[in-house]
Amino acid sequence: MTSFTLNGAAVEVEVPEGMPLLWVLRDELGLVGTKYGCGIAQCGACTVLFNGQAMRSCQLPISAVAGAEVLTIEGLGTPDDPHPVQQAWIDEQVAQCGYCQSGQVMQAAWFLSNNTDPSDAEIDAAMAGNLCRCGTYPRIRQAVRRAAEMLAAPVQTFDPLTDSGEG
Amino acid sequence: MNPVVRLSRRRFLALTGVSASGLLLGGLVSGESYAATHGSEASGQRLNLFVSLLEDGTVEIIAHRSEMGTGIRTSLPQVVADEMEADWARVKVVQALGDAAYGSQNTDGSRSIRNFYTTMRQMGAAAKQMLEAAAAERWGVPLEQCRAEQHRVLHSDGRALGFGELAAAAAQQEVPDPAALTLKSREQFRYIGRDVPMVDLHDITTGKAVYGADVTLPDMVYASIERTPHLGGRIASYDGTAARKVRGVLDVVELKAPEGAPGFNNVEGLAVIARNTWSALKGRKALQVKWTPSEHSEHNSEAYLDALQEKVRSGPGQVARERGDVDAALATAGKVIEAGYRTPYLAHAPMEPPVTIAVVRGEGCELWAPTQNPQATQAAVAAALGLDKAMVKVHVTLLGGGFGRKSKPDFSVEAARLAAHVGKPVQVAWTRGDDIRHDYYHSCSAMFLRAALDEEGNTTAWLARQATPPIGSTFDTSVNLMEDGDLSQTFGSVPFAVPNLRVESHEAPAHTRIGWLRSVYNIPFAFGVCSFVDELAHAAGRDPAEYWEAMIGEDRHLDFAPEGFEFSNYGRPIAEYPYDTARLKNVLRTLVANIPWGEKLPAGQGWGLAVTRSFLSYVAVASKVSVADGKLQVLEMHGVIDAGTVVNPDRVQAQMEGGMIFGLSVALLGQIDFEGGAVKQSNYHDYPVARIQHTPKTIRSHIVPSEALPAGVGEPGVPPVAPSIANAVFAATGKRIRELPLSQHFSV
Ligand code: FES
Ligand code: FES
Repeated sequence: MTSFTLNGAAVEVEVPEGMPLLWVLRDELGLVGTKYGCGIAQCGACTVLFNGQAMRSCQLPISAVAGAEVLTIEGLGTPDDPHPVQQAWIDEQVAQCGYCQSGQVMQAAWFLSNNTDPSDAEIDAAMAGNLCRCGTYPRIRQAVRRAAEMLAAPVQTFDPLTDSGEG
Repeated sequence: MNPVVRLSRRRFLALTGVSASGLLLGGLVSGESYAATHGSEASGQRLNLFVSLLEDGTVEIIAHRSEMGTGIRTSLPQVVADEMEADWARVKVVQALGDAAYGSQNTDGSRSIRNFYTTMRQMGAAAKQMLEAAAAERWGVPLEQCRAEQHRVLHSDGRALGFGELAAAAAQQEVPDPAALTLKSREQFRYIGRDVPMVDLHDITTGKAVYGADVTLPDMVYASIERTPHLGGRIASYDGTAARKVRGVLDVVELKAPEGAPGFNNVEGLAVIARNTWSALKGRKALQVKWTPSEHSEHNSEAYLDALQEKVRSGPGQVARERGDVDAALATAGKVIEAGYRTPYLAHAPMEPPVTIAVVRGEGCELWAPTQNPQATQAAVAAALGLDKAMVKVHVTLLGGGFGRKSKPDFSVEAARLAAHVGKPVQVAWTRGDDIRHDYYHSCSAMFLRAALDEEGNTTAWLARQATPPIGSTFDTSVNLMEDGDLSQTFGSVPFAVPNLRVESHEAPAHTRIGWLRSVYNIPFAFGVCSFVDELAHAAGRDPAEYWEAMIGEDRHLDFAPEGFEFSNYGRPIAEYPYDTARLKNVLRTLVANIPWGEKLPAGQGWGLAVTRSFLSYVAVASKVSVADGKLQVLEMHGVIDAGTVVNPDRVQAQMEGGMIFGLSVALLGQIDFEGGAVKQSNYHDYPVARIQHTPKTIRSHIVPSEALPAGVGEPGVPPVAPSIANAVFAATGKRIRELPLSQHFSV
């Protein structure tokens, strides 16, 4: 039995040892917003925030998750109440097929939680591990910049683990 | 003209999955396929297959094409809503099941808008007219005094009724003759030509969107399949003992492949069935399996391409198109230029690997799949299970990318066969390794071009030969030669005004499943043709943009028939969609006018361009590169597209951006190799695709305003990219690269 915090709620799972968090989320807990794309940390589709840090959930065995705080795309914001990064993604109409975008959004949310005034080079470096076969990269760049502006607005504070997007 | 077919409302509901609470409008259907499958049942009310209306005013519009990132689930309903005068905010898009009633659902070939634009307008206009007729009836006034506007029907005296209030009465109206409908004029468009955001945008961005693997059924089990590494291999022997011992594994099942051409069938494999994905994967690792050799198990792609290249260089092939006397012109030419080009096999590698959930109950099979072609899925599954097509129900989920891979339903056939065996819902999910190693590969190609130049450097003869394993081989193993239809993708259809021209094909037997990938043969052929024109320009000492114009020659509509070439024109009559050299030159001129073409650049930098017509659209692309210390970087990419009438400009922009970046992957990175019949690559580390850091800082596209018939958008951005980059590399370095990917020559 492994216990951890998922999107703010306590969860317990009983799964085969070594099962990566990705499959725990998808097959056992029914949280399918986190995607499989490669299984070897090459694509970023499975990105979640793990104790506040962007991590590839395909590489996190369940044993490593015990006691941790995990935030998935489902916990970041909702269609009615999107997180600023999601709002920026919507404003820029980033998505094409959309399959990579959960991972892109989670990666950007983490990146911008540490840097609200990123340079172009920093954006590329931060997003380098997240593939998009549809080629939405130009809009990802724009959306990260837009989200950074939203997050840098003085009235807003931002904690990726708790912030629902209203700042 | 579409004949009107009647069918019962109940039948309509069963077919479309539209909620039973909806009231349905009378129907226009594309008669032929509908009559063929359901004609005998057609009776009762007239219905509109694409539009239904609820009493609360919600308009349900069927999306019958698959959403794989083009925005088609938005763009086609947007057309219906516009003609119908529906308020977009009150439209709900409903995904169609696979059903021939809708006409073709094969979301492939950049066809959705060009083939359904008019039909969708008619669907909307018919619905609108029925609403107006219902209001006229209610008020007892002539129809001419009623007009629909933004979800209401208004009378000239100011009275108004909401669409919802009219739902029941509208459903009783006569279905108008499509030919007699008055469609809107351009000035009346409310949504067509506007940037309507994708209907799935919010769901996607918040993780709510449902893709193939996101469907779960009660009691579902998970399968992972070890497949023959080479085409035609069979299980010689296996040991599943260790696999069965893995916790969560339920069974190990042989999945036989039928004899004959690969088609859309599964390849032979050994499936591990488990309680969850992870157990299935672990069990699969523990399998021991030996495969029989086949006629393809020695295939080595490098040696194969070397042999093809030698063949096209050394001797004449079968002539596909001929004008004048190429041999005589070459024999007497002042200058003869020749070059060989080659391109590798490519994998589609959509971010979502193939996946299907299938369940077999009673006499029927029900599937959920990210398919580009639900009717092909229906047919292939029906054939595999010996069922009537009507007993196979295919739900289309969102697709995490398709690029042509997901119009081949082999993965759904696997799921259906396993579901029949297991007796429970089965999810077959491919790993990335499965996807890279068991694709329907984009064909490799070897090309050879030779041209004669006169004193001014004008091309007087053009000889083009290629050897490329054809897609037809996947369906008939005896097919090994490109037909005119294949060559219609750039190689055979070059628009050059040269006096002597010949196009030839050599045989190239296939050793793997060959399939279509975004823009298909235009990828290799545009690389060869557009690189060679650039070579000729430099040999002539002339500016490539000016040389392109000279090659294309005067404004005209091309006629290929006198040259013995059957130009397929992407399935459309040439009279309807002419090959118009004026439009081709226009995209080139527009491109050059919008970039600093000819600017003085520092050493190691250069511009290159290419221009193509594919999927009835005209596209020119220019790239600016820098090469320093062996590192190639694409600094800028600019595209111009003339796609005729455009429904959703923002999505066209997005497709151009995406298409150009797809082309960037082709140019810089993409390569699949075979050794011993098996694919060497296995994941994104050794089959890299473009990342954000490969993406030029400046990437722009320009849409030529046009009132011409709509043309393709999803694919045409791809073909000119690779040659534009190779040409820019030449401009930057003087080094001519005649093979892809460029990562063989530079770090990228
Ligand atoms: S699935 Fe985890 S990085 Fe690709
Ligand atoms: S939007 Fe399709 S993979 Fe990124």
